[in-house]
Amino acid sequence: MSEIQRPLPKPTPETQHFWDGCREGELRLQRCTRCANTWFPPRPFCPACACREVEIYTASGKARLHSYVISHRGHPGFGKEPYAIAVVKLEEGPQMMSNVVGCPQTPEALLLDMPLEVTFEQQTKDESIFIPLFKPVEG
Amino acid sequence: MADSFALKPRSVAVVGAAETTKMGLIPDMSQLGLHFDCALNAMTDAGLKPSDIDGVATGGEDVAVLAHMLGITPKWVDSTDVGGCSYMIHVRHAAAAIAAGYCSTVLITHGESGRSRVGSPGYAMSAASMAGQFEAPYGVTGAPSMFTIPVLRYLKETGSDIEDLARVASIQREWAAMNPRATRREPITVEEVMNDTMIAWPFTKAMCCLVTDGGGALILTSAERAKDFPTRPVYVLGTGESSEARLISQMEDFTSSRAFRVSGKQAFESSGITRDDVDHLMIYDAFAHLPLYGLGDLGFCKPDEAKHFYRERRTAPGGSLPTNTNGGGLSYMHSGRYGMYALQESVRQMRGIAPAQIEGAKISLCHGVGGMFTASGTVVFTNES
Ligand SMILES: [Zn+2]
Repeated sequence: MSEIQRPLPKPTPETQHFWDGCREGELRLQRCTRCANTWFPPRPFCPACACREVEIYTASGKARLHSYVISHRGHPGFGKEPYAIAVVKLEEGPQMMSNVVGCPQTPEALLLDMPLEVTFEQQTKDESIFIPLFKPVEG
Repeated sequence: MADSFALKPRSVAVVGAAETTKMGLIPDMSQLGLHFDCALNAMTDAGLKPSDIDGVATGGEDVAVLAHMLGITPKWVDSTDVGGCSYMIHVRHAAAAIAAGYCSTVLITHGESGRSRVGSPGYAMSAASMAGQFEAPYGVTGAPSMFTIPVLRYLKETGSDIEDLARVASIQREWAAMNPRATRREPITVEEVMNDTMIAWPFTKAMCCLVTDGGGALILTSAERAKDFPTRPVYVLGTGESSEARLISQMEDFTSSRAFRVSGKQAFESSGITRDDVDHLMIYDAFAHLPLYGLGDLGFCKPDEAKHFYRERRTAPGGSLPTNTNGGGLSYMHSGRYGMYALQESVRQMRGIAPAQIEGAKISLCHGVGGMFTASGTVVFTNES
């Protein structure tokens, strides 16, 4: 389980499938059956054409580091060390906020466009919430 | 295709404008008290009493509470609340309401106990909101660790560097030095900005806005009536507004704000001016990157050229495009929603009474941002009827 005490999300009917996916180790996105558009965060219609016929699919989990800051201000749940708050660009197109784990939280280690892959971190003892994080691709 | 606007330039004017009596640290006034103080100052400025006002707009405070406490019976209210540029948007809406005949005299107020936190609303975020689900879990701690996230991408794509951010802060301090009401007036070099306390790399404290107490109010009426007021009328030439993603992660282009582009384009088209016509510019600077985004997105240059406006001191005292002449949110004041203070500086410049007055300035463009890169509002003013 995570040592970080994050503010935890509270799923809604429109986002439940996403958080269920995280618990099951899948990064789930939505796709329009009419125009093939894909988007994030979840909503039960296509924001390009307003179609309600939406399918849920499992994304590749591959992403690139799009931009970030390294917060030095401290956060009640994140301990005293500076940590990066990052936006990643998923291979499928949408952007997500996340943290980059498994590497130093420094400008030297965090290079824009570096390849990343998703990993899911358990947040609660009852296994109800897992959060998608990203780690550098090995090699 | 260009939009067409029924509201003609110079139909409406600012006839009252004032900030709170004190600025910076005001522990003896609540947020609502700050609204009262600047509203009364603006009424004095315009020579009006509450019964003369029939329209009220505010953001961050309950517009009905405000109107009632001030003794105003409004025929028109606007509580548009999209962060720090709400007041630019209020000007826009007020101009339309006055032109439509919904009301004749509008009071717009802002007050915020940003530092002392007296009578301020909390910032509680629902864990079920979009931000609560998709951004808060990653340790964002308000504007300094959110508004700043796009900038590394901006620097990379535009060939700018961290020194360009520091230069914005350093040059704005030069303007602040000329302003007796500015919170920070001592000179600061690019190197000193770079070496200040790290807040959210690459942003040091001197690249982030102040946190202060204050407020400001505007009174607008028709251009026809404006001639009868004791103050020099400042006409609304054109306006724009827009909004984009509330979540910073969902901003479609990290090198350019869609809300800026849409709002700016409307402001230029409705006012019928070109970039070369702008004598004085205000670009809401909650953080040092915003004037760079603003210059590009308002069409003064391409995004990758914005850094040259600062490297070549075009925005500095003596430059061809004097920008953020009060010292900005970085050095003048920033209570949390800075837009009203930018508007006040534009009005002072158009009245010819600014501490760092631009001689002969006839057109001032005031561009605001709100809720990180969520929203935007733009107002073009002129002192020529
Ligand atoms: Zn579609």
